[in-house]
Order: sequence, then C-alpha cells, then structure tokens
Amino acid sequence: MSRQTNKSADSKKVNNELFTLTYGALVAQMLKDHENCEEVNKQLERMGYSIGQRLIEDFLARTNCTRCVDLRDTAEKIQLAFKMYLTMSPSVTNWSTSGDEFSLVFDSNPLTEFVELPDSYSTMLKYCSIIPGIIRGALEMVQMEVMCWFVQDTLRGDPSTELRIRMVKKMEDAIPVGEN
Amino acid sequence: MNIISSSKNKVSNVDKPLIKPRSDIHISLYGLLFSEVVQYCQNRASSVSEIQAKLADLGQHIGQRVMDVQAVRDKNFKRETKLIQMLIMIKSTIWKNLFGKEADKLEQANGDDKTYYIVDGEPLVNRFISMPKDLSSLNCAYFMAGIVEAIMVGANFPCKVTALWHDGGTTFIIKLA
Repeated sequence: MSRQTNKSADSKKVNNELFTLTYGALVAQMLKDHENCEEVNKQLERMGYSIGQRLIEDFLARTNCTRCVDLRDTAEKIQLAFKMYLTMSPSVTNWSTSGDEFSLVFDSNPLTEFVELPDSYSTMLKYCSIIPGIIRGALEMVQMEVMCWFVQDTLRGDPSTELRIRMVKKMEDAIPVGEN
Repeated sequence: MNIISSSKNKVSNVDKPLIKPRSDIHISLYGLLFSEVVQYCQNRASSVSEIQAKLADLGQHIGQRVMDVQAVRDKNFKRETKLIQMLIMIKSTIWKNLFGKEADKLEQANGDDKTYYIVDGEPLVNRFISMPKDLSSLNCAYFMAGIVEAIMVGANFPCKVTALWHDGGTTFIIKLA
C-alpha cells in the first residue's frame, strides 16, 4: 500500500511541457464540448478548486507550515507553494491600504508556454482559470474565504500576468449538529 | 490578411526560441491535474471503452505537438523514416523527455512484423490511480497510448495503439496498418 520510494532524485518532478500540453489538451477538449467560454471558465475554476482542496494537504504535509498569522504571512506561503509546485516565484505587490488585498505578478507562466489564443477567444476565455481555483480551494481548507482573479494576462496582450487575491472573511468552525 | 495584422501587435509563440524542457512541475500537482482530466472524461462517457477513447483523444492532441517540438529541437528538422528507428526513438528519447525515464522494453510480436510492444512497468499517469472495482478494466495509460499513436501517425506510420494491463505493468500494443 505504501508508495515505493523512487530511485532517481528528480522523479518527484514532471516535465513542464507534459504539464502544459496536458492542460492545453484539456482546455481544447472543453472548448469543443461546450462552445461557451463562460461555461469553460467556470468548469476550469471548479477543477482548480478541487485540486486546491487536495493540494493543500500535500503542501502542509511536505512543508510543516503552521497556521498563517495574517494575510502577509499567507501571501508568503502562497509564494512558497508556487515555488514548490511550479518552480516559479511570483512577486507579491500592490497591497491595498486596508491590507486585505494583494497581487501576485508572474514573469512567466508555465501553463501558457506554447499557448496562443485565437482572436475569437482572446477576450472571453480565461485560459488560466485553474490557478485562481486552486488558490481558492486551498485557502478554503485552511478556513480563509478569498476571491481570486486575473487582472492582467500576457495571453490577452497585457504586459504582465497579475493575479489579485482578496480576503473575504475568516471561516469559523461550525458546531456539529447535535452537540453543544 | 489577419496574419499580418496580428503578428504586428503580439509576439507569436512561433517566433520565440525553443528552450529545452525543464523538469520542474511537482508530481503531486501533475497527478491532481491528471485526475481531474480523468474525471472530466468519466463524467462525459458512459462506458469504460468510451473513457479510454476520450483519454486517447487528449493524448493525441499532445502527441501531435510533441513530435513537432522533437523534430525541431533534437533532430535538426529531420524526421525518422525507418520504422525500427522510429520505435526506438519513442521508447527512449520521447519517453525520457515526457515521462522522465525510458520505457522498459521494446518488443516485436512473434512472427508478426506489424505488431510491436512497448512495455512500461510503471506508467507515469497510472502512478496515482487506483481503480474501483466496477472500473477495474479501465487503464488511464490510454492517454499515453494516444500520445504514441499521434507521434507514429504524424511520422507517416499509420497504426493503432492500445494499452493493456500486463503483470504489474502496462503494455502498449502498436498495430501497424
């Protein structure tokens, strides 16, 4: 039942092209199946959400991270997660004055390496929707409700890729039914 | 007329240098993404063979692109024309590039020069997957079979590739037309 430990050192890593292409194949297939970008965006987000819910466990198990003390701490840990899973280091910037909102700016995006959006999709399709989904799902499992969306995307011709994250509220433990 | 105008304002991907692939996506993330892919196929199919066909379709999408990249990057724009060379390239180079290790074996069926086998003891995509009983015949390696098929067909070796459970590993059966 236990996973056998792997021999070679980097067998924990997968070729990033395989990842990009797998994701690309999935999006292309979904566009064929739906023909409605809105629906595809939504589904990608939902897929990301369920990936995030499971990825957070993997992340916590591997890193010994403790609970975040504030949103700045959270931002740092998200950065760490990006480094760990995608080997990229987005920079954290554009804090709102109230401190409940920040941006992640990517210089490159492994999801979009071979990707070119045809003009007909360039405004409608949110190609990377899976990333906000992952972040939302992961943070929800540590009791933070956030909103997450792309403000800029190089795929759509913007100069950089910027992901905005806004803290909505802390989720409280609910008392299970039937207990005091 | 569209091509000219769109190439002006955007740098096309085709113009970018083709950098060597790095191995830097964490396997957990890939595993989870692939599981979503499988679930997506499962939700839209009613039988095991349909799921497998859908997975193979997605794999084909990948294979077509991998072949192009491979030809440009490693083979100096040349394409393989000899069948055995082609199979060896798939077994070693392509497998290593995509899945991190070479396939275990390449065999020819006894007395049949149109059937070849590629054996992989632990296909990457199956590493995280355990099957519930009612789907026990499903093999997600069909995804990889699709990749291989698209590569072969793209190099003008029309064939059909299937995947088969086989004492602990998966055998990809390549049947040439």
